Amino acid sequence: MTELPLIGEAIAVAADAAGARRLAGAKIGVITFPGTLDDRDAARAVRLAGATPVELWHADTTLGDVDAVVIPGGFSYGDYLRAGAIARFAPLMSKIIDAANSDARLPVLGICNGFQILTESHLLPGSMVKNDHLKFMCRDQVLCVENNTTAWTRDYAAGQEITVPLKNQDGQYIADEKTLDALESEGRVVFRYVGFNPNGSRRDIAGISNPAGNVVGLMPHPEHAVEAGFGPEIGSGTEGLGFFTSVLNKIVGDNK
Amino acid sequence: MPRIVVDVMPKPEILDPQGKAIVGALPRLGFTAFSAVRQGKRFELTVDGEVTEEILAQARNAAETLLSNPVIEDVVNVEVVEA
Repeated sequence: MTELPLIGEAIAVAADAAGARRLAGAKIGVITFPGTLDDRDAARAVRLAGATPVELWHADTTLGDVDAVVIPGGFSYGDYLRAGAIARFAPLMSKIIDAANSDARLPVLGICNGFQILTESHLLPGSMVKNDHLKFMCRDQVLCVENNTTAWTRDYAAGQEITVPLKNQDGQYIADEKTLDALESEGRVVFRYVGFNPNGSRRDIAGISNPAGNVVGLMPHPEHAVEAGFGPEIGSGTEGLGFFTSVLNKIVGDNK
Repeated sequence: MPRIVVDVMPKPEILDPQGKAIVGALPRLGFTAFSAVRQGKRFELTVDGEVTEEILAQARNAAETLLSNPVIEDVVNVEVVEA
């Protein structure tokens, strides 16, 4: 299969065959639950960034040797009980929680339903409830990257605006005022909605991180904005690719 | 067979969009006496045999860990109902 050229800072590293091999040596796991939808797009985004995607199954009992994990969007367990509530207790999730909290600080990205799973897992604070307008919403959404020091955002500029698709029904981020104040003061609001709040999220919050910045969750879908012609029509259409090059650059940089 | 009933409600301070939609629909059907609606969940856990204190404790634990999310919901009732 012919791959598209690599995009982002990684290009410099991959300028020769040895560089490309080093990038491809980075393994990024993509977990699939019953009802996950976006695992294939997430795996493709990983590949387009230059890394090697590794399929993970929710019932697996080991993470293998992956360098990072993406928990993709969808409707795990049909959103039964609460979105993400049942997936949170899958065997592999306990491994991911341990690895994310360990000294190694495994980078973990939760997108949409993946974000819901991360809040249910208490890796991230707060929770998602039904959109304030009660409807499923799908649109191209402008986000502001408020924190570009996390494992998943370091290839963006602070304050950079990116456009990626948003599609959800339970997307309203809520937390108590104390938690929201703490998130703000610690710089853990990673993304904010710009121009339009699509779901009533508190303080226009679209994504947050844990204190160490290795765990990031957001409702919009960067993995759907990684290939020209297939992403949003606003902007380059590939403004989500930075998530995946960010973590790749971090992995390759850390392994130097 | 006895069942343990667990009732879970959205926390009072959390806006309940579903309840809000319901309270909007009620007057359209002529039910004008209700000023607010909050929608919760009822779980029925069937027990094969007698409900011991240990089993009731398990139910309470399950209610706090899986059946509800403490960030957005309260467990408002756990009780045994004989069939």
